[in-house]
Amino acid sequence: MSDEHPPLIHAERSRRATRILAIRQLLVEKGVVTTDELDDIIVRARARTPADGAKVVARAWLDEAFRERLLTDARAAVGDLGYPLSHDAELAVVENTADVHHLVVCTLCSCYPSSLLGPPPDWYKSFAYRQRAVIEPRAVLREFGLELADDVRLRVVDSTADIRYLVLPRRPAGTEDLGEDALAELVTRDSMIGVAEARSRDRV
Amino acid sequence: MGTLGFRAGDPVMVRATEVGHHHRTPWFVKGKQGKVRLVHGEFFNPESRAHGGDGLPKRRLCQVEFQQRDIWGALYRGSANDVLLVDLFEHWLERP
Repeated sequence: MSDEHPPLIHAERSRRATRILAIRQLLVEKGVVTTDELDDIIVRARARTPADGAKVVARAWLDEAFRERLLTDARAAVGDLGYPLSHDAELAVVENTADVHHLVVCTLCSCYPSSLLGPPPDWYKSFAYRQRAVIEPRAVLREFGLELADDVRLRVVDSTADIRYLVLPRRPAGTEDLGEDALAELVTRDSMIGVAEARSRDRV
Repeated sequence: MGTLGFRAGDPVMVRATEVGHHHRTPWFVKGKQGKVRLVHGEFFNPESRAHGGDGLPKRRLCQVEFQQRDIWGALYRGSANDVLLVDLFEHWLERP
């Protein structure tokens, strides 16, 4: 027993993975896209993480002029911070306030502001989230630990087309003395999707 | 098409058409009335591009606000103020 090789990890490919690989191969064979272009897209998406989005949010909390620009011309604003967006999707930033809370979903697929947050979490792509976020969003928020008061208007944003939405969460109370880096620590990925608020400083 | 010129504030009805090809209009807003909140600009038509077309002419993309209660009726358990924003291409919209 001890001299046997451990079993090779050689899990069968799921049907979905097989289909994806087949589509990829067809796209390459038909010249729609090259493997280099595909690799480039993957590398670029993975180069971003929620820490990038968090820097944008922290800057908006500190710099009123930047905040206004971010809300009206997100592409230009994040470009200034060194995050050039690709040209295949636009970016819009929606702001949470004491009265309005935004929650982002893509009911048709999994559109996500990857150019600022990196690849989406698996739950964001799940059928359960994509369906429930529109029909029972408050229950979804509750499961993420966010109980929204009745008098707060919940605005669910379905990114069905060319616009990718990023939520600008509310700045936590009692953070007036914090600088940009410390503020960015409070900004979670989930708070930029809208399933959570930014962390309070005693929970970092 | 393309000359409807919807503007922010305009009431709109989403066409309740079933089409066999790829399109970006979710079933749950078809036949529902909402209000244009803003116009994002013009974008390639995904219904053309998904099937090998060039996506031209570009179509205006509107962000339409729906009252959740108007979409789901009594199934919706949240607040009466809750809304859903959906980005819809103008050729799916008509004046109610």
